[in-house]
Amino acid sequence: MAMTQSRARALLLTPAGLWYAAMLLLPLAVVLIFSFGERSAIGGYAPGFTFEQYANLPARFAAFRNTLTLAPVGTLASLLIAYPLAYFLAVKVSPKWKTMLLVLVIVPFWTSILIRSYAWIFLLGGKGIPALLETIGLDDVRLLNTPFAVLVGIVYGYLPLMVFPIYVALEKLDKRLLEAAADLGTPPWRAFLQITLPLSMPGVLTGSMLVFILLMGEFLIPAILGGGKVFFVGNALVDLFLQSRNWAFGSAVAVGLVVIMLITVGIYTRLVKRFGASRDDVGLM
Amino acid sequence: MRLYAWAVYAFLYLPIGIIALFSFSAGRSASQMQGFSLQWYGRALNNPFVMEALWTSVRVAFLSAVLATVVGTMAALALTGMRGRARKVFDLLVQIAVMIPGIVIGIATLIALVSVFDLVNPWLEALTGWKLSLGTGSLIGAHGLFTMSLVVLLVRGRMETLDGALIEASSDLGATPMGTFWQVTFPQILPAILAGFLLAFTFSFDDFIIAFFVAGAETTLPIYVFSSIRRGVTPEINAIGTMVMAASLLMLIAAQLLLRRSQAHARR
Repeated sequence: MAMTQSRARALLLTPAGLWYAAMLLLPLAVVLIFSFGERSAIGGYAPGFTFEQYANLPARFAAFRNTLTLAPVGTLASLLIAYPLAYFLAVKVSPKWKTMLLVLVIVPFWTSILIRSYAWIFLLGGKGIPALLETIGLDDVRLLNTPFAVLVGIVYGYLPLMVFPIYVALEKLDKRLLEAAADLGTPPWRAFLQITLPLSMPGVLTGSMLVFILLMGEFLIPAILGGGKVFFVGNALVDLFLQSRNWAFGSAVAVGLVVIMLITVGIYTRLVKRFGASRDDVGLM
Repeated sequence: MRLYAWAVYAFLYLPIGIIALFSFSAGRSASQMQGFSLQWYGRALNNPFVMEALWTSVRVAFLSAVLATVVGTMAALALTGMRGRARKVFDLLVQIAVMIPGIVIGIATLIALVSVFDLVNPWLEALTGWKLSLGTGSLIGAHGLFTMSLVVLLVRGRMETLDGALIEASSDLGATPMGTFWQVTFPQILPAILAGFLLAFTFSFDDFIIAFFVAGAETTLPIYVFSSIRRGVTPEINAIGTMVMAASLLMLIAAQLLLRRSQAHARR
C-alpha cells in the first residue's frame, strides 16, 4: 500500500514538476548563465564567462536609484494612507457595514492595473487637477510624467494590499487590553502608541513587504505615468531586452534586482521573527 | 475618521468612475463628457484588431487556466500529507513562482525559449518543415506556471481542512480509493478547484507584463490597450477598459463566492 501510494504521488506530481523545470528553473538558470556572457554583434547573446556585465551595472544606476527610492517611499505613503483606514474598519465600523466596506477596498484591486493606472492620465493631465489648481491661482503645475505622478499611481495601485493585512492584525487585537489601559488612566494616544501600534506590527510588516516586493519589479506605472522620465529597473529591463537587445547586460540587471529582493526578504523575515508575526496574515484572496 | 474613510474611498473610485463615465461620451474627446452615447462600445466591438486580441486573450486564459487547474490540483492532492525532501522542494518552487517579479519571469522565459528554439528549429524544420516560435503556446506555459502555483495553494488549503473521518468511513464501507476520491473528497474540494480556475483565468486575462515578453507575434487585449494608450487615449479605449474591468470583476466575485461556500462547508 505504501509503495503504491508513493507511486501515485510521484505520478500526480510529475506534470507540475516538469512545468516548473521547463518554465521556471530553466529560464532562471538561463538568465544566470547569460549574465556572465557577452552581447553578440547583432544583438542577443554570445557565450562567454566574464563579470563585465556586473561591472557595468552602475550604468543603470538611475534605474536602481529610482526603484530604491520610489519603492520605499511608495510603500511608506501607502502605509500612512492605509493605516487609518484599516484602523477605522477594524475598530470603528459596526459589524453590519464591515464586510461591505472591506469588499469595497478590494474591488479596485481586482480590476486591471493597466486600466487603473491609465485612469490617472485624465486626472493628472492638463484638464484634470492642473486645471483645478489654475482656478485657485496656481498656474502651470505639471503633474503628469513626474515622480509625483508615479507615486500617486503606486499608492493607488497597491493601497488595498496594504489595508488588508493591517486590518487583519487590528481585528485580532484584544480590546480588553485597551479597556484595561483606560482603567489604569492611560490617555488614548498613549494606549495607541503602546498597545495598538506594536500589536499591529505584524500586519504592517506583511503589507509593507507585499507592496515593496511588487514595486521592485514595477514597470507599468512608471511607463504610463512617468512618461519615460521616471523609470524603474523594470523599465530598464524592457529597454535592454526589447529595444537594445543586450541580453547579457539585461540578465545581469535582472539578477541584480532579484538579489536585492532576496536581501530585502531576508531582512523582513528577521523582523517578522522578532515581532512574532505569522505569515498567514494575508487574507486578500 | 469617517471623513477620512470617505476621502480614501473617493480616491479609490474616482479614477475608475471617470473612465467608465467618459466611455459613454458621444464626443471624440477621451477626457471630456460630450453627451451620452454607446457608440464607442459599438466601435470597440466592431474593431477587428480588438476582437482578434480579445479572442487571443480568451483562448490563452481558458487553456492556461484549464491546464493550471488540472496540474495544480493533481500536485495539491499529492502534496497533502506528504513529508520529506520532495515536499520541501515543491513548496520552494511554489514560493519562487509566486515571489519572483513578473517582469523577471517574462524576460527569463523569453530568452530561454528563444535560445531553445534556435537550437531545436534547424533540426525540426529539416525533419518536419515546421518550427517553434513564441505565441499562444509560450503564453499558456508562462501564465499557467504562476496560476498553477495559486491553484496548489488554494486546493491544498482546502484539503487540509477536510474531515479525515469521512474518508475513513468511506473505505470502511468498502469503497475503493478511487471511489472514495470521486464520491467523498472531490465534491468537497470542487469549490476550491473552481475558484482556482476563475482566479487563473482572470490573472491570465489581465496580465500584461509577462505577455509583453512572451507573446511573440500575438497580441492579447492588455497588450493592445497598452500600445493604444501610447498612441493617445480615445473613448474607445475607455469603453474597452470598462468592459474588461466589469468582466474581471464578475469572475472574481464568482471565485470569492465559491471560496466562501467551500469555507462554510468546512465549518459545518
